[in-house]
Order: sequence, then structure tokens, then C-alpha cells
Amino acid sequence: MKCFSRYLPYIFRPPTTILSSTCHTEADIISTVEFNPSGELLATGDKGGRVVVFQREQETKSEPQRRGEYNVYSTFQSHDPEFDYLKSLEIEEKINKIRWLPQQNAAYFLLSTNDKTVKLWKISERDRRPEGYNLKDEDGRIRDPSTITSLRVPVLQNTDLMVEATARRVFSNAHTYHINSISVNSDLQTYISTDDLRVNLWNLEITDQSFNIVDIKPCNMEDLTEVITAAEFHPQQCNTLAYSSSRGSVRLCDMRKQALCDTHCKFFEEPEDPSTRSFFSEIISSISDIKFSHSGRFLMTRDYLTVKVWDLNMETRPVQTYQVHDYLRGKLCSLYENDCIFDKFECVWNGSDSVIMTGSYNNFFRMFDRNTKKDVTLEASRENSKPRAILKPRKVCVGGKRRKDEVTVDSLDFSKKILHSAWHPQENIIAVAASNNLYIFQDKVT
Amino acid sequence: MFPKGTKRKFSDSGDEPAAGGEDVNQPSSVAVRMLSSYSLQRQSLLDMSLIKLQLCHMLVEPNLCRSVLIANTVRQIQEEMTQDGTWQIMTQALSAANAAAQCSADRLVATEVLCRQTEATQGEQVLKPFPAVGSEGCPAEEEVVVEEEGEGGVTMSTVSPQAPTSYLPGTFGMDPCWEEENGEDEEEDEDSEECGSGSEEGDSDRLVEDSRTAEQVFGTFEIKNPAPSPDPALEELFSDVDASYYDLDTVLTGMQSAPKMGPYDLLESLSSHGPSPLSSSTSCRSDLNELDHIMEIIVGS
Repeated sequence: MKCFSRYLPYIFRPPTTILSSTCHTEADIISTVEFNPSGELLATGDKGGRVVVFQREQETKSEPQRRGEYNVYSTFQSHDPEFDYLKSLEIEEKINKIRWLPQQNAAYFLLSTNDKTVKLWKISERDRRPEGYNLKDEDGRIRDPSTITSLRVPVLQNTDLMVEATARRVFSNAHTYHINSISVNSDLQTYISTDDLRVNLWNLEITDQSFNIVDIKPCNMEDLTEVITAAEFHPQQCNTLAYSSSRGSVRLCDMRKQALCDTHCKFFEEPEDPSTRSFFSEIISSISDIKFSHSGRFLMTRDYLTVKVWDLNMETRPVQTYQVHDYLRGKLCSLYENDCIFDKFECVWNGSDSVIMTGSYNNFFRMFDRNTKKDVTLEASRENSKPRAILKPRKVCVGGKRRKDEVTVDSLDFSKKILHSAWHPQENIIAVAASNNLYIFQDKVT
Repeated sequence: MFPKGTKRKFSDSGDEPAAGGEDVNQPSSVAVRMLSSYSLQRQSLLDMSLIKLQLCHMLVEPNLCRSVLIANTVRQIQEEMTQDGTWQIMTQALSAANAAAQCSADRLVATEVLCRQTEATQGEQVLKPFPAVGSEGCPAEEEVVVEEEGEGGVTMSTVSPQAPTSYLPGTFGMDPCWEEENGEDEEEDEDSEECGSGSEEGDSDRLVEDSRTAEQVFGTFEIKNPAPSPDPALEELFSDVDASYYDLDTVLTGMQSAPKMGPYDLLESLSSHGPSPLSSSTSCRSDLNELDHIMEIIVGS
């Protein structure tokens, strides 16, 4: 098989530094990555409930080579571990999803969620502070009123830049099951949070009330055979949302139709291929992520072995199907045994919707060019990432004869999985999370 | 955690079958070999699924998506086994062997197997209700569960039928001690790791937590026999509570607060079961007596 060396219009280079935490603990594992709409900020959430926001360096004429590197901008503890006393169960602080709101003023806003609670965080800069109070001195201690002999007007003095994050809203107690996705509406006033069985609609200003718009919980829980795995608002149509299920189907709903969107407008499901049917068919058809294209015309779904692109106007089958790691098809039993078959991979579009990217095992991630139909496998690892060097395409050997540099299926490391990644909304910059490491790759200077 | 007993002999005797068939030693024809290999694979998949459902327990709520997918897989296997008649054979064998409980053929297999605890008292080989629960202690639990059924019936009906199917081979006259299929050493290792320190739990604890375990794990399973309505007083008490995970245990335990049973309790109880199937029967009997006693107290007879 041919080894592609360069066929995508981008060649990705590793950054000078790979961002990772110094001590690798379970809590440092990155659980979500998201660029903000302008691409200036990149947020990561981890299993320990922390959010780290990176900001892109402004390009300066003096250092043109340092073309927009990302440095830490703000770090804060978004969620803490909780205990549900009624069920005697812990609520993990792991950040499941982060979604940015478009910037409307000097501050940045993002939504972050764990299994049960969504929070709206405001990240703002402070580079001035008032000094010269009358009633308290510079340290904040209250001054003895008898010592005050004159009045002065406090003035704003410049200080070092401080970035502070404050929780502006806490949206809680609306989900019985684990929240798997949040999505901000294009109206910028509402958003949805989705758990295994329900989708709730919130107003960003109102925290004590949410509307349930999708509910697939059966009357008898023993009849439950399908759960919701992801949901997203349409990027332009504020009334349209889509949600995916564990059975491999996607339903498009129009909120104008009725208050409870249990009946869908469109139902996307590809008929099963009987020749590949096995006991694992249902599990591998479970959709782990859905993403609307930026144009709003297409919808991408990720199941265990493939990525599918659907045209919203055609429900019968996807317009494109890409095999991510079909060589795993013969290993499904082992992957079931070690639970890897339940891994939820995400998928992303590039800014122009021409390339899609998703992760795999062994720290590999895959990109598919929808126009040229070419694909590449790249690896996010320290050993293979020399700064400024071009990322070398990787290859998994499926046949008997292994060529040099090829990796055999049996030697794949299934503990190294790339579940989360993000693509800059305009440029060819990608962020790839490999356990506790964040890799940011940029294409070469054009 | 799982007894390293003799391997299950499905259709042939003597050989240790492995999934995917090292069936080179078997003298039968290719077709039979393939069929038995497939059946073994299917059985092993079923066992694996049941273990996964059992071990879904962490201190955090189990992942519903994963549970549903595994449950669907088990259901699928069950359907297929029903279609090719394997299921019927097993249920019939079980119901024939069962004297204690009145189980009809199309009842969930779990119930039959659980009812089989009476054989344990006669010193016969013991079938365990849940693969992950381990060996010796199980018969006691079986008995308990049966008695509970007499009381409220909820237990039996909500216990998944799929749970004991791993013991179905036992009905074919093979070693009824639950064994691991083909090279599931990884699983055994994994489970023994998870067992952690095996402190002995009180039998009542084990009883309670197993019920709760069953409910938690199989809460999403179909129930052929509808659960009789639970105590209305309790129902009222918990009416505003989402019943998905602890409906059963509030009925069973009759306690106001949900029992603080986490996964570690389950794992501890699992680890408290020794590995050898041979010693099972003796400890079973003493456990049985104890649990008998406890059940009487709980049931209030």
C-alpha cells in the first residue's frame, strides 16, 4: 500500500513545547478540548475538574517564527467532586464538555459540565485596580477612622495582568443521568444539556429552570434499549437540533413543531450490512459523537470503526463513510473484553468543512480529505515530534508482511487513545489530547 | 476471584475447549467442530457480558450507555440461543431439576438457577447465580433470593435471566461450578485485582448488596413476570425519587435510606469467596444455615 507523504494541503508541525502536566496522575487526563469561535483561546478540561485555557500569542514582527503559539492563559477549578446522598454515589468532577460562547465584550464565557452540573464561567482580564481608598489601606485592612484626616479619590493604577475566572451561573439538578453533551444555540441565549435519556433546554440567564425537550425514558426502565449519546444545535437554525443514539441513529428535531420534541423530523440511520453482522454490531454502531458542519448542511457521526458524513437532506444513508481503523474489526471480541469497544471517540471538522479528523489508538489520529478522498494517519507522541519537523504519516500493517516503520495491529497500544481533539475554526491548527498531554500542531507557514 | 476449576466441556468431553477452537483434538467432523466452537464463543461472550454487568459497579454511578449496550448484547445472545433451541433445553433441564420454586419453562433462567439452591443442601454440586459473585457463597444467596420471591417476588423477577446462563452448561451434566471459558485469564486477573482486600462481610450485607447489585445492574432488563407491586408505604416514600437504580433495594430492604452499599462491598464479598470449587460445598452449607436464619428475620416469618 502506498505511503502518503504529502497529499493534504497541510503539513503539520509539532510545537516547540508539548503542553503537559508535570506529574501524571489520573486527574490530569484531558477529557475535553475546545477552541473558542475566534480560535484565539483553547480550553481543556481534565478528569480532576480543572479547566486550563490557552491563549494564542499575538504575532509580532520581531519574532515571526513564533507564529501564534498557545500559552497558558488561565487555570481554574471548574467542578469539584460531589456526593449524591440519596443514591450513595459519587459524582465525578471530570469535565465532560466545554463549549465557548461567542465573544460579545472584553470577557470570555464558556460552559463547562461534569456528569450533573453545567457552569457558566466568565474569564476576564484585570490589569488595573483602584488604589487610594479612604477606609482601608493598601493591604485591605480597615483603617482606624480617627486617623483619617483627609479625603482622597481612589484612582485606577495599572497592575500586572491578572486573568480571573468566575462562575457566573450554575445550572444544576436537572439531570438524573450523566450529561454527555452541551451545545450553545445560535441565538446565543439558550443552550441544551443532554444526558443518557433526556435533552434539556436552558436559558443562559436562568439557572433554576430548564425545559425538557427530548425524553426517551421508557415507562418501564426494563424496556430501555437505547440511550442518547450526543446532541447538538444546528449552527445556524436556532430551532433545529440533532441527537444520536446508542443504536446508530440520528434524529433531527424542530423545536417549533411541539414543546416536547420526542417525534423527530428526520431520522438518519444506515441499514445494517447483514454480511458484517455479529454480536458486536450494535455496540460498534453506537454513535459516540455528532458534529454539524460549519455550513450547516452536513452532519458527521462517529461510531466505533467509522466516521460518516450525512447530508441533512438525505436520511437513508450517509454521503460518505470513512474507515478509521477497520483492522480492528477482527479484534472486536478482545476489545469488548478490555472495554475498549466502549471508547467514545470524537470527531471534528476543519474550518472549511473539507477535512475531518478523528482519533484512534496508539496515539494515532486520522484525517480525511473529503474532496480528494485521501487520508492520513498521524501520531501524537513525544518521540516522533521533533519541533519544526514535519509529522510523518504512520501506517498500520494489516497484511502479513510488515514494512519498515509500519505498526502491526497486535503492537498497537490500546491504552493510548486519542478521544478528544479540536480544529481551529479558521486556520489549520489542531489540538490533540493524548491522556495528560496536549499536542498542538500547526501547518507550515504558507 | 473466579475459581480455576475445570474448563467447561460443552459438547465434547476431555478437551479444554477454547474460543475460536483449538478443536484439533476433537474427533468430530468439521461442521460440528465449527458449531461447537461458535457455541463456545457465544457462551463465553455471554459470560463476559454478565461479568461486565456485575462489575459495572464503582463508587460512581455506572455508565448507563455501557450497561444498555451490554444488556442488549446479552439479550441478543439469549434470543439466538432461544432460536436454536439451546435455551429451551437448558430451561427445561433446570425446571426439571428444580423442586423448590415453581418455575415455568418460559420464566427467566435466572430464577430457575437460583432456585436450584436446594441441591446444594443435598451436597450436590452448586450452581452459582451470578458469575461475578463467585463460588461458595452463592448458594446461600440463591436460597435467600428464592425466599424473598415467596415474599414479594420482586427479587426474582428483576434478577436478570441472563445472569445464570453461564451455568447452563452445568445442566448438560458437566461441571456445574462456574468456570471461566477459554483463556479468560485476563479477566480473572482483572477481577482478582479488583477484589482487593477480602474482608468478610456479614451475610446479611451480602444478601442486601447482591439484591441491590442485581437491581442496579439489571434494572434495564426485561422482566417476563411483572413485578408485584411493592409495599405502597415505601412507594409513597420514594415516589419522588427516580427509581432507576434502587427501586428494588428499597422494597427488599424495607429501609428508609438506601443502603450504603458501594461496589467495594460487592468486591469484598466476591473476594471472600475462595477460589477452589471443592471447598465450596462445605462452606456453602454453613452459609446456607446462617442465611436461612437471617432470611427468616428479614422476611419476618
